[in-house]
Amino acid sequence: MSEEIFYKSVSELDAMLDAKQISASELATAYIERTKAVDDKVGAFLSYDESSTMASAKASDERRSKGEKLSALDGIPVGLKDVIAVRGQKLTCASKMLENYVSPYTGTAARKLQEAGAVFWGRLNMDEFAMGSSCENSAFVKTRNPWDLERIPGGSSGGSAAAVAAGECVVSLGSDTGGSIRQPASLCGIVGVKPTYGLVSRFGLAAFASSLDQIGPFARNITDASILLKTIAGYDNLDSTSININIPDYSAGLRKDSLKGKTLGVPKEYFGEGVDAEVRKSVEDAIALCKSLGAEVKEISLPHTDLAIPVYYIIATAEASSNLARYDGVRYTHRSKDADDVLSLYFKSRAEGFGEEVKRRIILGSYVLSSGYYDAYYLRAQKVRTLIRKDFEDAFQSVDAIITPTSPTTAFKIGEKTDDPLAMYLSDICTINVNLAGLPGISLPCGFTQAGLPIGVQLIGKAFGEAELLSMAYAYEQEAGLFNKHPNL
Amino acid sequence: MEYEAVIGLETHVQLKTNSKMFTSVAYKFAEAPNTLTDPVVWALPGVLPVLNYSAIRKTIELGLMLGCEIPEITKWDRKNYFYPDSPKNYQLSQYDQPLCLGGGVEIEMEGANGSEMGAHRIVKLTRIHLEEDVGKLTHCAHDSLVDYNRAGTPLMEIVSEPDMHSADEVFAYLTSLKNTISFAGLSDCDMEKGQMRCDVNVSLRPKGSDKLGVKVEMKNINSTSNVRNCINYEIKRQKECLETGTPIVQETRRWDAVLGITQSMRNKEDAHDYRYFPEPDLMPVKISKELLDSIKANLIEMPFDRQRRYMSDYSLPYSVTSVMCHDRQLCEYFEKSLKAYDKNPKATANMLVNDLLRELSASSDEETQDDLVSSFDADAEKPVENKRRLDDSCLLTPENLAGLVKIIDDGAISKQIAKEVFVEMFNTGKTAEAIVEEKGLKQNSDSNELEAFCQAAIDANPKAVGEYKAGNEKAINALIGPVMKASKGKANPGMLLGILKKLIK
Repeated sequence: MSEEIFYKSVSELDAMLDAKQISASELATAYIERTKAVDDKVGAFLSYDESSTMASAKASDERRSKGEKLSALDGIPVGLKDVIAVRGQKLTCASKMLENYVSPYTGTAARKLQEAGAVFWGRLNMDEFAMGSSCENSAFVKTRNPWDLERIPGGSSGGSAAAVAAGECVVSLGSDTGGSIRQPASLCGIVGVKPTYGLVSRFGLAAFASSLDQIGPFARNITDASILLKTIAGYDNLDSTSININIPDYSAGLRKDSLKGKTLGVPKEYFGEGVDAEVRKSVEDAIALCKSLGAEVKEISLPHTDLAIPVYYIIATAEASSNLARYDGVRYTHRSKDADDVLSLYFKSRAEGFGEEVKRRIILGSYVLSSGYYDAYYLRAQKVRTLIRKDFEDAFQSVDAIITPTSPTTAFKIGEKTDDPLAMYLSDICTINVNLAGLPGISLPCGFTQAGLPIGVQLIGKAFGEAELLSMAYAYEQEAGLFNKHPNL
Repeated sequence: MEYEAVIGLETHVQLKTNSKMFTSVAYKFAEAPNTLTDPVVWALPGVLPVLNYSAIRKTIELGLMLGCEIPEITKWDRKNYFYPDSPKNYQLSQYDQPLCLGGGVEIEMEGANGSEMGAHRIVKLTRIHLEEDVGKLTHCAHDSLVDYNRAGTPLMEIVSEPDMHSADEVFAYLTSLKNTISFAGLSDCDMEKGQMRCDVNVSLRPKGSDKLGVKVEMKNINSTSNVRNCINYEIKRQKECLETGTPIVQETRRWDAVLGITQSMRNKEDAHDYRYFPEPDLMPVKISKELLDSIKANLIEMPFDRQRRYMSDYSLPYSVTSVMCHDRQLCEYFEKSLKAYDKNPKATANMLVNDLLRELSASSDEETQDDLVSSFDADAEKPVENKRRLDDSCLLTPENLAGLVKIIDDGAISKQIAKEVFVEMFNTGKTAEAIVEEKGLKQNSDSNELEAFCQAAIDANPKAVGEYKAGNEKAINALIGPVMKASKGKANPGMLLGILKKLIK
C-alpha cells in the first residue's frame, strides 16, 4: 500500500469505500501494517487489539455491501486516547495503577462512534492520567514527535496527536483539561478541537479534573474534525453536566468565505514574553491571512490571563486529588503485595501505582482543599475563575472569535523540561484559560519553523459556537493549504 | 452539683426508592453480596453520578412535614476520606446547602400511665440533607470483606439541635421520627436492617447554665434500646468525670453493646479533615415552586394530628389511639371500615387494636416458627420481622369488619359470639352474616325459649337462688353461665337478667 492512503481524509476514504476501491478490512489491515512499520519510532500506541479491529472492519464491509452504511465514519480507523472506556478493551490511563485493567463498559463518546460504524484502532499513549504536556509522564511508552523523533509530541494526548500526524490512524479522540488536545495538535501539525464544556459527554472518560475535562477530536483537517465532533457531541443523561442543545451538522456548514465580515480579537496578553519569535511571526502571518479573507482584526485585552496557571493548578489538582482517590488497591487497581493492613495497602499501592507528576498533583490538590486553606486557595481560585470567564464574556461582546498562538513554543526536546515542572506547566499558558472559561478552542496548523517544526494557531469561540468557529478555521485552512504537509517517517 | 445533659442526634434514614441515589441499580436488603452493583457503584474509571429526583422529592416531603424551610438552591459536595466501604473514597453529601433547614419533631413523653397522654414538645432540627450510603464491611480473622450492595443507597441525615436532655426524650424523638417517616412511606425505619442509624452527641453542664459542655460523639448505634443505654452510660460517665475533676475529652466513642460501655475511638486531633468541596460532576438543583406545591398538596396528616383527631372526633380513648396511630395501615383500615359503618367508631377501633392485632400476631408467630425450623442455621441472622403486617394478605376486609360491628350493634349476635365470628372471619375472609347464618349463631331473643333455659337453670341451682332471695343480688349472676351454656352462647344477655328475676319472684 502506498503511503498516500494513510493521509487520506475521512471523506476521501468514505468515497473510496463507497466506490469499492478499497474495503474497510483492507483499510484496517493497511493501518495495522502501517502502525507496525512506524510505531517503533513514534511510540503513539500503548496497546492494540488486531482481532477486534478486524472484526469491526468486517462488520462494516458487510453493512456497506448491503447498502446499510451508518455514517461517513463507517469503516474508518479511529484511535482512542487510553483514557476513554470501551468494553473489553484495556483502559490504563498510561498508569501502572491500571496496567491490567479492562473496562467492562463503553463510555458515551465511544459508543456514539461505534454506532456510527467507526473501527477502533489502538489505545493511544498519554501522560499518566492526562497530567502533563509532553507525554513523558506515561508509565509505559515514550511517544516521539513524528516531525522530529528527538522531540516530544506534546501532551497529555500526545499519542492521539502523533498517531494521526504519522498516519497510524485517520482520526483520533483525545481529552483536554488545560490544553491536552490543542497543544499536542499544534506541536504535531494537525487539527485538535476542545469543545465547549458540556458539549460532549464525559461518561466513560476517566476523570482528571471534572469541571475542566472535555473529549475532543484530532484530525488532519477541519472537515474531518467536524465530522468526528458531530458524531460524539450531544446531550447524555449519564452526564449531568452535558447540555441539551441541538447539534448542527458542522461539516455541512463549513464555508470558505466565513471569515468575511467577522471580527477577530487579538489579546495582547498572549503575545508577550515567553512566546517564541518564530511562533509569534507565524501566528501574526495567520492573522494577516485572515484579514485578507475579509476578517476585521481588533486588539483586545483579557486582563486576568496571567492568573490562569495558578488558578488552574489549584482547581484541577483539587478535583484530581478527589477523582483519583478511587485508585486505592482495594478493587481493580494495582494492589501492593506487601501491605499488612488497610492503611499500608493504600499507601503502598498508591506509592507503587502512581508516577511522580500524579503524586505531585494529588498532594497539591489535597493541600488546597485542607481545612484552614480552602478559603485561601480553592475558594479564591473559583472566584478568579469567574473573573477569567468574565474577561471572555466581555471580549465576545465585540469579537466573533479570539486568535492566539496555541503553544508559546514548538515541540521541545525529550527530557528538556522533565526536571522543571513549572517550565512544563507554562506550555499550557495559551490554552488553560479556555478550559477555565468552558469555551471551545481549535488548534490548527499555521506554519513551520525553519527547523521544520509545526506551529499552531488557536481560535477561541463563544460557548457552543463550534459551528461558526469550525467554519472560520476552515476558511483559514483552505487558504493556508498546510494540510497536505506530512512528516517524513 | 446538679448537671443537665445536652443531647443532639444525627439520624440516618435509608429512603425507600426504586434505585440508588446516583445510579439506576436497585437496592434490596439481604441480597447476595455485591450483586446490586454497576460501574457507578464500583466507582470504575469514567463513571459519573446521576441524581435520583425521587429521593430529592421524598426528602423535601419529610422536610415539609417537619416544618423545615426548603431553600431554592441545593447542591452536593464531596466528603473525602479513605475507607474500603466507600468505593470512590469520597462520599457525595451536602455540606453547606442542604435540602431542608430548621423545622422540628413533635415528641410525646411517657404519660403517668398507659391511658393518659404524656407531655408534648417540639425538638428543634438544624437541617436535613441527602447523601449516599456506604457499603458494608465484615471483618474476619485475617481479612475484611466488603459488600457494596448498600453503597450508594439514598440516605437522609436528620440533624437535631442539641435540644434533648435525657435518654427518654431521645427515645421519644426517635419514636416520633420513625412514625412520621414510616407513615409517609418514605422508609420502614427498621433499625435492625440498618434503615435507621444514629450518631448521638452528649455533653453535660451545670443545671441552669446556658453554656455547652465538651461534646462526646457516639457513632452508628443500631437500636433504640442501645441508644437509651448508651446515653445513660455516657451521662453517668461524664458526671463522674466532672465530679472527680477528670477532664472530658472531645472525642468519638464507640458503644459496646455487649459490655454496656462506651470506649474511645478517636479524639479531636485525629478527626478527619474531609476536604469538602462542591461536587463538580453534578449541577446545583433548583427547587421550583411547582415542585414544592405538588409535594405540599399530597402531604399526609402527621401521626400526632391524626391521634388528636381520633380522640376528639370519634371520642376514642388515648390508649387505643396510641396503638393505632403508630401504624398507618391500621389507621387506613380503621377509616375504610368507618366508611362502611360509622355508627360505632369506638367498637371498630377496639376490635382493630384488640382482636385484629392479636390474630395478626398469632398468625405471624406460627409462620416464624415454621421458618426457623426449615432454615435452621447456626449463623443465620435472627428473624427481624415478627409482627405480621396488615396488608393485602389479610382476609378480613375493613368492610366486613364494619359488618360485624353493625350486627353486634343491631343485637343480632352477642359480644361473646362476636369473638368467635371474628376469628372465623379472619381465617376465611367470609362476611359476618354468612358465618352467623352458616353456623346458626344468631342471638336467641325468643322469650319463650329463654324462659325455658332460665327455669332449668333456677331448678338446677337452688343454692344460688336461695342466696339471691336472701338479699345477695350478685348471686343471680351464677345462673347466667348455665343459661349461656344451655343456649350454646346464643342467648341475648340483655334479656336474661330480667327473665331470671321475673321467674325467681
